[in-house]
Amino acid sequence: MLKVNNIEVVYNDVILVIKGLSLHVPEGRIVALLGSNGAGKSTTLKAISGLLRPDNGEITDGDITFRGQRIDRKDAADIVKSGLFQVMEGRRVFKDLTVEENLIAGGYTQKSSATAANLERVYHYFPRLKERRRQVSGYMSGGEQQMLAIGRALMAGPKMVLLDEPSLGLSPLLVKEIFHIIRMLNEKEQTTILLVEQNANMALTASHYGYIMENGRVVLDGPSKQLKENDDVREFYLGMAGQKSFREVKHYRRRKRWLS
Amino acid sequence: MNLFLQLLVTGIVIGSIYALLALGFTLIYKATDVVNFAQGELLLVGAYICLHTTVTYRVPFFAAFALTLAFTFLMGFLIEKIFLRRMIGEPIIAIIMLTIGLSSVMRSLVIIVWGTDTRTFPEVFSQVPVVIFGLSISRVYLYSIFAVAIFLGLFSLFFKKSKIGVAMRAVACDQQAALSMGIDVKRIFALSWAIAAVVSAVGGIFLGNINGINTSLAHFGLKVFPVVILGGLDSIAGAIVGGLIIGILENLAGGYLDPLIGGGAKELFPFIIMVLVLMIKPYGLFGTVKVEKV
Repeated sequence: MLKVNNIEVVYNDVILVIKGLSLHVPEGRIVALLGSNGAGKSTTLKAISGLLRPDNGEITDGDITFRGQRIDRKDAADIVKSGLFQVMEGRRVFKDLTVEENLIAGGYTQKSSATAANLERVYHYFPRLKERRRQVSGYMSGGEQQMLAIGRALMAGPKMVLLDEPSLGLSPLLVKEIFHIIRMLNEKEQTTILLVEQNANMALTASHYGYIMENGRVVLDGPSKQLKENDDVREFYLGMAGQKSFREVKHYRRRKRWLS
Repeated sequence: MNLFLQLLVTGIVIGSIYALLALGFTLIYKATDVVNFAQGELLLVGAYICLHTTVTYRVPFFAAFALTLAFTFLMGFLIEKIFLRRMIGEPIIAIIMLTIGLSSVMRSLVIIVWGTDTRTFPEVFSQVPVVIFGLSISRVYLYSIFAVAIFLGLFSLFFKKSKIGVAMRAVACDQQAALSMGIDVKRIFALSWAIAAVVSAVGGIFLGNINGINTSLAHFGLKVFPVVILGGLDSIAGAIVGGLIIGILENLAGGYLDPLIGGGAKELFPFIIMVLVLMIKPYGLFGTVKVEKV
């Protein structure tokens, strides 16, 4: 459904952030994009959704196709209209607007006549948003804001959603709830999802396929189950090195061999 | 007491026009982060266009009014498209200079086309004052308050209920997030300028009906600064409340202080308030307080 083919992204004309990245998201799947801070995950998402320009970024090489159409030269608004919606990192709710106004803004590209039905659909998934529909969204808790951010995406009726760190700053219980929602979106709405996460464990559990990024490149990819079993992934991204005995005379720290 | 009420009424009329101007200013500032020094000139051009269509082409006043609104809408739209669109991302000082330049150009064009003499509208509203509770109020004042109230009401409905109005507030709140949901930010920018030009024109037309028109009308553009500083730069409600307060206070100051100090209090007072507000409550009555970590 979404094919990213060997793209390069440059910020401010000089800083090469993405160095030839390719990935493929098949229809109806959840694909996770993992990596440490500064690997270029958010930049990749912004490149796909056409949001690089406000940050002074540019795709200098490669191409991106969504449902058979090239989108790497299109405006953000056109990309949303073609059915691809990004939920940005840090939730980014419109703090001064009420919950319902936030949702209406999310459905900007849809016909006005569809707004009521779309609102109902969102409230069906998130009853808590319905309770708070008149509340100014800036005062809501982080979890509710994340629900609002995802609800806003639903308002646009997207075929595919890019989720940038939906678990950021949420308690473990809420993280679980958010991932439950993500899976539900995928199953009930048949929404294809590209998920960027720091919480590698949750992301690999929820997704079908995973890519791991370092320094603007994909260094590992595979079905999520296999990645979870991979020793390197377990050590560096899941924090499960196994019980290491420090009593041994000599021990070697694992190195990210793919970096050199 | 009668003097007080008389001053109060005048204050409300002038204040409501300030409120309109400030609404336009705040709208541009909120949506596009541009400090518009040409607000007064938008008012001036609007007033002259309406005058010209009524006097020269003998169009009935209300039709001329509607035509002026349509024209100024287009004008605001084009000003954004031609001049300000290119300035996105440039330093704030460059943009301010651009609006100052625009203001001079517009004022000069008005002088070139219409001259500097004070001109008056043909009698649109009957000169016979209305007497309410023993207080005689000229009709144009009443119509002005009424029209401004309708406009402010319409705009608050527009911002609350319509999809585009909500989108405009969304852009003001978080531009990139708005972009991510397919909101056409450029169109919203142009629309803010168009609406700002329209509300200024409405203010200009009523001021013209009250006092007559000459280029000094543009000075009202400067009064917008005390108003928005008092109300809070980025608050639409603040623009309205601030406009009324400044309008009333300056008229009271003019009425009571001018005989003592020999004139000028009316012009001085709003700016004294501005300085005081900046010293005591820099974000104004309704402005967002920016929390900065040091």
